[in-house]
Amino acid sequence: MTNPEADASVPASAFQATGEEDLLDALRQGDEATFVFLVTRYHAALVRLARTFVADEATAEEVVQETWLAVLNGIEKFEARSSLKTWIFRILMNRAKTRGVRDKRSAPFSSLDASLDQQDPAVDPDRFTSTEDGQWSGHWLYPPTDWDVTPEQVILSSETREIIERTIASLPPGQRQVITLRDLEGWSAAEVCNALGLSETNGRVLLHRARAKVRSALEQYFMSESTS
Amino acid sequence: MSEFEHMSCRELVETITEYLEGSLPRADLDRFESHLQICDGCRHYLSQMKTTVAALRSLCDDRLQAAQRDELVNLFHGWKRG
Repeated sequence: MTNPEADASVPASAFQATGEEDLLDALRQGDEATFVFLVTRYHAALVRLARTFVADEATAEEVVQETWLAVLNGIEKFEARSSLKTWIFRILMNRAKTRGVRDKRSAPFSSLDASLDQQDPAVDPDRFTSTEDGQWSGHWLYPPTDWDVTPEQVILSSETREIIERTIASLPPGQRQVITLRDLEGWSAAEVCNALGLSETNGRVLLHRARAKVRSALEQYFMSESTS
Repeated sequence: MSEFEHMSCRELVETITEYLEGSLPRADLDRFESHLQICDGCRHYLSQMKTTVAALRSLCDDRLQAAQRDELVNLFHGWKRG
């Protein structure tokens, strides 16, 4: 018997030499190791993205399982006009959106656009001097301070980690989708906008607001830490 | 040459994502960088934002649980059987 934990990840190196075409061929021939390689690589990311469209974790997991089945059923006809990854994520998003609408959960893209029109300053305007201050208007009244912390320390502390996760969970759907793909998954800005059907500008505005909120939540925490 | 309009802290804060994404137009980039040279508060803000983004980047835990994997392998076997 092999240890199922150790078995759970397939070394990516085993597949690095093979191109996408080989991957597709193997999958079409029903190669289990190739399927396990793909789910190891994308499943968690797919669930995270699905979660931004549907009401709960269980539904997200369900939608992703349906997606994998659709991938397997469609692989024969997949013409590789896009990358396999793009295709898988597109199937996921279509299914997650449909499911979210059915469950009245997700924000249709029109309401996402409406939220873009609203003012949503990155920093509380009260922290800057007002317009009456002439040439010094818009300057820091309460400037940010040095956090004196590395990103690794932020991630390793369960408190700050939880603050980040909670803040992301509380974001409006559009902001949450953009920050999930761009920052958590490390997609390029173009890939994100393409996948979500956003203009470059709107994608960046959503990213800007989402990041600002995470920063602000961390700042509040570090400020309360330094005064306590 | 047109008059160089200084960037306020408030404007810098709102253009920081364009700066970090490398999409800030040349003229604004100069204003952004000159402002940084004279403003500790904005330097801290930029550094906080970089820390935030770097933390987000390493937040992902993409390990697949053994139970999840087993479920997916079952799904695969079901598909193969047709």
